[in-house]
Formats: sequence, C-alpha cells, structure tokens
Amino acid sequence: MLSRTAQCLYWMSRHMERAELNARLLEVGYRIALMPSTSSGYQSEWASVLSAAGAENGYARKYGPAKQQFIEQYLFHDLDNPSSIASCIHHARENARIVRTALTTQVWDVINTVYQEVQSLAQQKYLPANLPTICDWTTRQASLLRGAIESTQLEDEGYDFLNLGYFIERADNTARLLDVKYYVLLPTPAAVGSEVDHYQWSTLLRAMSAYRAFRWAYPGLQTPDKVAHFLILNAACPRSLLHCLSRASRHLDQLENILERPTEAQNLVAQLKTSLINRNIDSIFDEGLHEFLNDFTRQIAALGETIRTSYFLGGF
Amino acid sequence: MLENHFFNEMFDNEEVREPYRQVIEWVRSMPSDHVAVKHSEAEKLFRRIGITFVTYGDKSDAERLIPFDMIPRILTPREWRKIESGVRQRARALNAFLMDVYDAGEIVRAGKMPAELVYRNPAYEHEAVGFKPPQGVFGHIVGTDIVRTGADEFFVLEDNCRTPSGVSYMLENREIMMRMFPSLFQTNRVAPIEDYPEILRRTLSSVAPPKCDRDPVIAIVTPGAMNSAYYEHSFLADMMGIELVEGQDLFVDDDLVYMRTIRGPERVDVLYRRVDDAFLDPLCFRSDSMLGVPGLMNAYRTGGVSICSAPGVGVADDKAIYTYVPEMIHFYLGEEPILNNVPTWRCSNPDDLAHVLDQMSELVIKRVHGSGGYGMLVGPTSTKKQIEDFAQQLRAEPHDFIAQPTLALSTSPTYVEEQLVPRHVDLRPFCLVGKTTYVCPGGLTRVALKEGSLVVNSSQGGGVKDTWVLVE
Repeated sequence: MLSRTAQCLYWMSRHMERAELNARLLEVGYRIALMPSTSSGYQSEWASVLSAAGAENGYARKYGPAKQQFIEQYLFHDLDNPSSIASCIHHARENARIVRTALTTQVWDVINTVYQEVQSLAQQKYLPANLPTICDWTTRQASLLRGAIESTQLEDEGYDFLNLGYFIERADNTARLLDVKYYVLLPTPAAVGSEVDHYQWSTLLRAMSAYRAFRWAYPGLQTPDKVAHFLILNAACPRSLLHCLSRASRHLDQLENILERPTEAQNLVAQLKTSLINRNIDSIFDEGLHEFLNDFTRQIAALGETIRTSYFLGGF
Repeated sequence: MLENHFFNEMFDNEEVREPYRQVIEWVRSMPSDHVAVKHSEAEKLFRRIGITFVTYGDKSDAERLIPFDMIPRILTPREWRKIESGVRQRARALNAFLMDVYDAGEIVRAGKMPAELVYRNPAYEHEAVGFKPPQGVFGHIVGTDIVRTGADEFFVLEDNCRTPSGVSYMLENREIMMRMFPSLFQTNRVAPIEDYPEILRRTLSSVAPPKCDRDPVIAIVTPGAMNSAYYEHSFLADMMGIELVEGQDLFVDDDLVYMRTIRGPERVDVLYRRVDDAFLDPLCFRSDSMLGVPGLMNAYRTGGVSICSAPGVGVADDKAIYTYVPEMIHFYLGEEPILNNVPTWRCSNPDDLAHVLDQMSELVIKRVHGSGGYGMLVGPTSTKKQIEDFAQQLRAEPHDFIAQPTLALSTSPTYVEEQLVPRHVDLRPFCLVGKTTYVCPGGLTRVALKEGSLVVNSSQGGGVKDTWVLVE
C-alpha cells in the first residue's frame, strides 16, 4: 500500500471523528447554557466550548465576543475554521475521494452522502432550535460511516490505518472534553461538589453518549472521581483514554504482523498505555486533572508525529 | 441547414438502417413513461458510482455528470473493419514517425516534411533524441477522433497520442447498459470491450525496461484528485489492480524508480503517466517546478523505467503535423491511407492561403498550436467584421494557421426531452500499442445534445453513448 493511501485513510477517519467531537462540544454548550446560573455567567460555557475546540483565536478574529449563534456558525458551517464540522466533513470526503479505490462502495456512499447533505444544511436559515438536530445529525453520520467500515471493509492494513485514525483522534477528543469540564467551566474550588458541578459532569457524560454506560459500570452516587476514572482509566468505556490507546496499540501490532517490521510508533503507544495502566485516579487528581490532560494531549500529538514518520514517508 | 443534409445513421429516407432495427423496435415497444424512468435511473447510477468530471473554478458544484444517452450508437462489422484497420494503420505510422524523428529523420531528409515543422515544433522533445524506447513504441495509447459524413465516408479529425482520455466512459457506459437492459444484449450480438483494462495491462507489461527482470510492477501517474480526469485514473488503476501514484509518491535512487509505501520503497518498472512531459522531471523540463520526480528522466534513459506514453510523443499529434499523416503512411508503410484526413489547407502554402482568404466564410480556420477552440474562426457563424479581423492575422502569420471545410457530422438517434431525435456524433476508438497492436471494438461516442450543434465537447453540453460494434 502506498504511504499516501495509508495517510488518506488515517486522516479520513480522524476528520470524521473530529467532526463528531465538535458536535459533542456544541451539545455540552447548549445543555449547560440551559442552566440558569453558573459562577461566571452565561458567556463562560460558550467560551469554554470554543477553547476546548481550539478555536478561540480564530473565532475572536472573525466575530469578537462569544455569542451562541456565531459560535454555532463557526463550529458547524464555517469553512474558514479548519476544524468546523463542515470543514472536517470536506476533508474526510476529499481524503476518501483520493483513495476511492481503497474503500468499499458502501463506505464511499456514506461519506459522499454526508458531504452532499452538509452542503444542503449550510443553505438552511439559522434557528437556535436546530442545534440539537444538527448535533444529532453529525453523530449519526459518524456512526453510519463507522458501521459501513466495520461491516464492509476488508480487515487488511487499510483497515488498521482507518482505525488508528479513529482512536488517536478520539483519545485526543476525550481529553479535550474532560478538560472543558474540569478546568474551564469550573475554575473556583468552592463550586466543586455543588449542584452545578454535578449537573456539568452529567452533561459531559450525556454529550459523550456515555451516561447510561456510566450508570451500569458505577453503582451508587455519581462523583467526579468516578466519572474521571470512567473516561480515563476504564478500558471497557469506548471513549476512555485507556481504551483508545489499547485499540491503537492493537492495530499497530497487527500492522507489524502484516508488514513484518516493528516501528517506533508501536513502542511509543505501548509505553503510553503502560504508564496509564499504572496510574490510579487519586494520583491523577493529586497531579491536577488539567495538568494531566494537557500532558496527555501533548503525548498524543507526539504519537501522531511518530506514526507519520513510521509509515508515511516510505523512503529507504 | 436541412437535417437531410447530414448522414443519418438510423434512417435511410424512411427506412430504418439494418444495425438499428432491433434497438428501434425495442424503444418503440417500451411504454413512453418507462423510457423516462430508465433514463433517470441511469443518471442516478452514474452519480452513485461517482463518475463525474471536475470543472475548474466552480465551487458550488465542482463535480458534474456527463449526460449519458441510453440509445447506443451502432456500427456494422463492415463499418468497423474499415475504422479498425484505419486506426491501426495510423498508430503504426505515427510510431514509425516518432522513432524516425528522434533518430535519423529520414522523412525530413527525403523532403517529405519541412525540417522546421518537426525540429522547431514546441512539442519536439530534445531530451528524447537518440533514445529507443522498448518495442520501438512512443505512443502506447492512441485515441483517434473520427467523424462520419456518409455511408462510407469517415474522416480523422485528430490523433491523440499523449494522454487520450475517455476510456472509462466507454467502459462504464457499457456496464450501465448491460445492467439496465440485459435483454438487448441477448438479441444483438455486440463485440465485448470489458477486457480493455487487461489488454492495457499486458500492453504496458510488454514494454518493460531492460533492467526489469521480473513480472513488471506498473503504476499510473496522476496529477492528483483536482485533475478533471482523476476519476478515470483511479478507475483504470482499480481495474488493472495497480497503484495510482502522484509525483510525490515516487523517488529515484541509483537510476531506479521507487514508490513510497508503508513497507518502505517498492521498485516500479512501468509508469503509465497521465501528466504532461513538463511534470515528469524538474531536473530536465522545468527547474522552477516542484512537481515531478527528480532524476526520473535519467532512470528512463538508462533503462530503469519505462514511461508510457514516451516523453516527446507530443510532436506526433500536433495540428500542423496532422496534415502530414497521409504522407507518413506512404513513406513508412508504403500503403494508401484507409481513413482520410479532413481536407486541410496549410496557409503556409501561398496557393492554399489565397484559396482560404477567398473562402473564409465557409471554412474553419485554426491556429496550429492552439487547443480548446482558442484562436479559431468558424466561418459560417462569424460576422463580416470578425472575418476581416481574422484575415489580417492570417496574412501576417500564415504559417500559424490551417483551414478545413465545415464538416457535416453524421447523426445518431438520441433521447432528448422524451423524444427520439437525430443528434450529431463523433467517435474516439482506442488503440493500444506494445508488442502487439489492439483496437478496442467500439470507443467513445460523444453526442452534441443541442439541436443542430456540431460541438460534442463535454464542456459545451455534449453527452456520451455506448458504442456497439456488431459481430457477424
């Protein structure tokens, strides 16, 4: 397989997963905005959503102060924002188009249809009430693509690159979503444990479609350390950091079997996984959740770079 | 102009011509609303599969469909024999010409062609001088554009030796027809075309370079997904089971060419390139260019890789060179041309120029190096003022122009607004040249969907048809 083909498959799924992150972030935004009072008022939820999406500066340059309508516009439709949902879908589809012949007809059909639909959504008039619908639409499209891949793609090296894209991106996304809650939304220690605090954690779980799964896995009261444990260290949770690293590691091992050569990326992901397994949630809270998550996203970025140099250069 | 002025491929006066009889019966037996339903079904299939071409500078709907007409264009065995042998003959003559002009230049020495026209031609590639490509072939895929003006009158409009496109439409049109109307293929005996990709692959394998000592690894080189023919590139790669590469996917090491793969470098022996010469190797052609593969031409010249079509092939399909193809056929093959050129006046010749200036309102006058309809005068549709202005240019630089009569293109029955009407068509058969020569039975028929229009280009509202060659 050409390095560029592998790279396109990897980025196709990364972009689709990223589109899903934006939808989930928007969902956190509007759900929390429905709450009457938070410590710093209406603006901060939306500002924190922008910050978690890494879109603060781009937004501020274009629109100035945070305002729901513009944030929605910026995170969903705006092609000037390289990680808006529409941009991600464009990129995912463009990558798919380049490697059309490495995808099944069904996978192509889904991604091509999503692309056509996002263009027609852009034509619709803005209505605040539409936000839940478009968030829902995005996560549903992402599931359709995921399903088409799982049920039709040959499980060869291309499949491994598609999955690597998914899990690397998802690890990064879960860390960002967690960080919105812990660091950005609730900076004052006094608020910890309050009603607001509790509501925000629930919102986070709901936005990640993980509320019920959490309930199944953790009987008793919902506490921040349980939620954090669920999203960081519980390998059974499909969005947890540990789960994502385990899956990435599995696909890198499969690639070793196919290509008959070990890579740097494989070592690095194994290291990251081991160091997570050896952590417990108390030590993470002691270190500071924000610091831990920041450090984690840096390591994921480094892992992405190592995957690039391990597979996508193709030289001697 | 009266319709009966043109050769109608379906009707001979009121009589339906033999090859169309069964198809017409089939169309007439269908309820009228059924035809419309089938038509939109075909369009949906095309869009689903994604057979589109990209138009530049149009963000709104960057990918368009070429309209597909479901009434096939049908050729009898006798008609096809003439086309087939004529196309084969031209492909042989053009390759003989290329071998000659990059070697001793006998045709020029014999005074059959002006030296300046060949050696000063912008498409003449000095990098190719003295190199003999494997099997003596420069042009491996030749697309010959043919128009018909009468029952036995076929003319060649132009030869395409560089990177002729359209073959994916030829294959997909047949695929869709067989899927939608299987019964038609039971009552009509149509020559199959499905093995084209396999024969192309064999053709490319047969021109493997001297340094290749194994089953050759082949790749298609594309300019990228933004190219208007990208669908065709990926389609062919898929059908042949080979990689589709861009310049950035290739590199040269020790005069051998490698693809960058997830396993590391993989050597490649034959490149079927769908890029211009200028984008092959920045060390040879355009030092300002970041595109292409540095060192590729050295690998080519030292027998490390074959490039199809060979660099320098463009000199054979230049418009001014075209007028000499009948001479090439005489000179290299000692044969009479089976397919005629459109009668062409070379304005560089004073007698021809005088005639052209006299008849401007009836002729089509073209610049020899122009393409895509630029620098062109269509006499019958031009104003007096336009003709006078053009005459000035013509007198100033007669060498730059040729002139041809306005051709009466034949018509084929076409389904327009729920009716069967005659529309003008042309034909591009595809000829593959390697160790052996093969002409695929059929080709791409393009049809001008506008009433009376003679312009079949897809960029100007042209469509495509499945092309049938009946078997005896």
